[in-house]
Amino acid sequence: MGAGMIGARVQRLEDPTLLTGRGQYTDDVHLPGMLHGCFLRSPHGHAKILRVDTTAAAALAGVERIFLAADLPPAMRARRMPMLLPNPTLLGHLTQFCLATDEVCYVGEPVAFVVAATRPLAEDAAALIEVEYEVLAAISDVRDAVAPGATLACSADTDNIASVFVQKYGDIDAAFASAPHVFYETLWQHRGGGMAMECRGVAATHDPVSDRLTVWSSTQTPHLGRRTLADFLARDPETIRVIAPDVGGGFGPKAIYYPEEAVIPAAALALGRPVKWIEDRREHFLAASQERDQLWTMDIALDADGRLRGVRGTMLHDTGAYIPWGIIMPFIASVTVPGPYVLPAFHLETTVAYTNKVATSPVRGAGRPPAVFAMERLLDRAAAELGIDQAEIRRRNLIAADQMPYKVGLTFRDGKPVVYDSGDYPRCHEMALTAADWSGFPARQAAARAEGRYIGIGIGNYVEGTGLGPFEGVTVRVQANGKISVLTGAAPQGQGHKTMFAQIVAERLSVNLDDIIVTVGDTAAIANGVGTFASRITANAGPSASIAAIAVRSQILKLGAMVLETTEDQLELVDGQVRAISGNRRGISYGDLARFAQGMPGFSFEPGQTPGLEQTHYFTPPQAAYCNGTHVVTLEVDIGTGGVTFLDYVVAHDSGTLINPLMVDGQIQGGVAHGVGNALLEWMGYDANAQPITTSFADYLLPMATDVPPVRGLHIESPSPLNPLGVKGAGEGGTIPAMAAIGAAIESALSPFGVHVTDYPLTPPRIIAMLRNSPGWRALHD
Amino acid sequence: MPQVSLTVNGKRHSVEVEGRTLLVELLREKIGLTGTHVGCDTSQCGACVVQIDDKSVKSCTVLALQVDGASITTIEGLAAADGTLHPMQEMFREHHALQCGFCTPGMVMNAIDLVKTNPDGLTEEQIRHGLEGNLCRCTGYHNIVKAIAAAWPLMHGKKVPAAAE
Repeated sequence: MGAGMIGARVQRLEDPTLLTGRGQYTDDVHLPGMLHGCFLRSPHGHAKILRVDTTAAAALAGVERIFLAADLPPAMRARRMPMLLPNPTLLGHLTQFCLATDEVCYVGEPVAFVVAATRPLAEDAAALIEVEYEVLAAISDVRDAVAPGATLACSADTDNIASVFVQKYGDIDAAFASAPHVFYETLWQHRGGGMAMECRGVAATHDPVSDRLTVWSSTQTPHLGRRTLADFLARDPETIRVIAPDVGGGFGPKAIYYPEEAVIPAAALALGRPVKWIEDRREHFLAASQERDQLWTMDIALDADGRLRGVRGTMLHDTGAYIPWGIIMPFIASVTVPGPYVLPAFHLETTVAYTNKVATSPVRGAGRPPAVFAMERLLDRAAAELGIDQAEIRRRNLIAADQMPYKVGLTFRDGKPVVYDSGDYPRCHEMALTAADWSGFPARQAAARAEGRYIGIGIGNYVEGTGLGPFEGVTVRVQANGKISVLTGAAPQGQGHKTMFAQIVAERLSVNLDDIIVTVGDTAAIANGVGTFASRITANAGPSASIAAIAVRSQILKLGAMVLETTEDQLELVDGQVRAISGNRRGISYGDLARFAQGMPGFSFEPGQTPGLEQTHYFTPPQAAYCNGTHVVTLEVDIGTGGVTFLDYVVAHDSGTLINPLMVDGQIQGGVAHGVGNALLEWMGYDANAQPITTSFADYLLPMATDVPPVRGLHIESPSPLNPLGVKGAGEGGTIPAMAAIGAAIESALSPFGVHVTDYPLTPPRIIAMLRNSPGWRALHD
Repeated sequence: MPQVSLTVNGKRHSVEVEGRTLLVELLREKIGLTGTHVGCDTSQCGACVVQIDDKSVKSCTVLALQVDGASITTIEGLAAADGTLHPMQEMFREHHALQCGFCTPGMVMNAIDLVKTNPDGLTEEQIRHGLEGNLCRCTGYHNIVKAIAAAWPLMHGKKVPAAAE
């Protein structure tokens, strides 16, 4: 057994537990004596804290303790939270305090933490805390934040600039100076949040007997959490265990380190009792990071025949009141612009500015969706101006397969040059166009118009650097009962990592999937871990699992040959057994071999033999593995309501070798749903005082089953040469070009009116407003 | 404190609750059935759907006191004692209709009600509209739609599959 597991559409090992209600999410952790916490958060976008009175709250029966900043351990009260991703361009105050001291800079900033016997009691008490605020002027719109003399988002600073950086290559001035065609676009791009169905949550307990602090957190990065917590609490990291149990979706916002992840363990230590805090949905809208607003002003220069000469511009990014994940997201956006195209020159100046809103950090796609939207909108504009078909202008500019590996000329966030390692972009593009019958669309559109229907088609192309290092490790261990333990710090949030690891290890060790027990997201499982983001687990931990399992296989063969008194070439591995293929065909189970290997009195090791049948490997990729894809969207716009109905959604995608096509298809369909939400529905609104105005799913619209089209997925498998499995990440490609393709299709549908799409979300009211402002509509109605 | 008596997954319980205790809190915290989840608190997401007297209901919007005497089925009550999955659970697995699994219990409970209340068949459109009260951020819904379509003939003892690819 085990052969052919890599690449098989295996049903997930995770499912039986999750389908029967036996999943263990953070809120499902119930411990004897557990107390429940609730945060009191700032109701103002910007204010000074003048006085806090907890007298009435503390007197409420059932309240155990109220923590203000001064009640926290020294490292948590004396300084702002650490900048975990430093960058030399970063400016200003950077991060927040775990609990606010004398100033709050966004609605939702934590001010106090109340611990009580039950959550409702903690909420009752929080409502009794009296805070006297001096309300200050707030900055809501990032465009105002960079104006001369702008109100300061934080009084510690002298302006609102958090970072300014330039990405460039080629001779941009020359590219534009002699260009026969130059076009200009201003794009306002808004993405909401990750909006995992499970909000954040933290539970912590301290065992005084072992002096062990155990923390459960709905996080994407348990090892980062342990390191940071050890610093905050001035504890030996070996006494802290952080577990990401079942996590109900991540999508980026759960990757960063939040103050709540420090405050709850500190409270559990101070009280000597387990403490749990579960974020409610309103809090999630206030206090979990979002991706939000970017303003792009871009120029494109082309030859007479539509070939690219250069792209230049500026991008303004709203980081919110703090910048906890550094400039990662705008940085990734800035290097994603060239995409799959031969672009001879590029210059982008990015300004990151503070506002009085919750911090931003990457959401699925991590800055790439706006970059792709910018590049694809520029190409569509150029195609329209030059009278070239949108597919044709892309064909003329796509990087050819024989140009791989292709050096773009930029440096990626891993510090390595952006070098596309593999892929056939023109073939991928054509596959999607053919499947969507691109060439037949004009006739379909004309027929629809004759019926009074407005249908449109649009393309989105992208390249994504996935599988960022530096590493993700895996231990493979044969247990004495014959089961295979696979242990990693990589923390899944629904991707099916357990199944993926089991498939790889089953194939390498010739065992059944059922004999593999995978432990994920636990700092006790393995010494080092980075975390789950940037579509990196299959491309980092996948190879680690494979390499470790191959090493264990070699241990099994060596020891098997010794125990069975034969040579390795006379052995076969079948179904968890080592068997001699000659002689009396004796055999021994992996479990019995493991008993020898784990040490047995009177049984000596050979020189060089290591204990156990186990191996830990940390695969370190030389650079990111670049996946690519093309979305082609056909849709209909109702010009009476502004509603959009999808008619067809094609994704051609190359994420290298597929370990489990069933799960990759699931990632693509789910990624598209996320993109549909961003393109058409999801809007995180703030008023002029930076007061959030969309704080429930009644106001902030997630796509429903009736909004998301079935995706027709087409795979190309160009193995990455950068890792032994040939894999690339697959978690974000469904989202990245969706806004570009959907926006283009809406523009195509409304082309009789001359509607030009330069922003999203394209909600029905926004579409109606664009229509009414369009030259075609005015000509008809004015 | 007032007392509520009810049957959950065939087992009788009598529990003291506060007037403000929600059904979902009763199930999760008092009875220890944590398979029913809370995703939004405002009745949009449907992660908390259970069946009250065979009807799917959002348990975050029902007071515990309202279900006195009722019979509740939660996700934990679907599989057979020997572990055999309910056909809806089995089809969710077969069609990869879950990723993180957080919305799944509510999805499954609502889907069962949807299939039961449509004995003459279910179109893809009917299934999608039937899921409007359940949000999923991972799957993009299509595999959930396929799983429900595949469960329909199994639950109605028919061989002809319902519509929906």
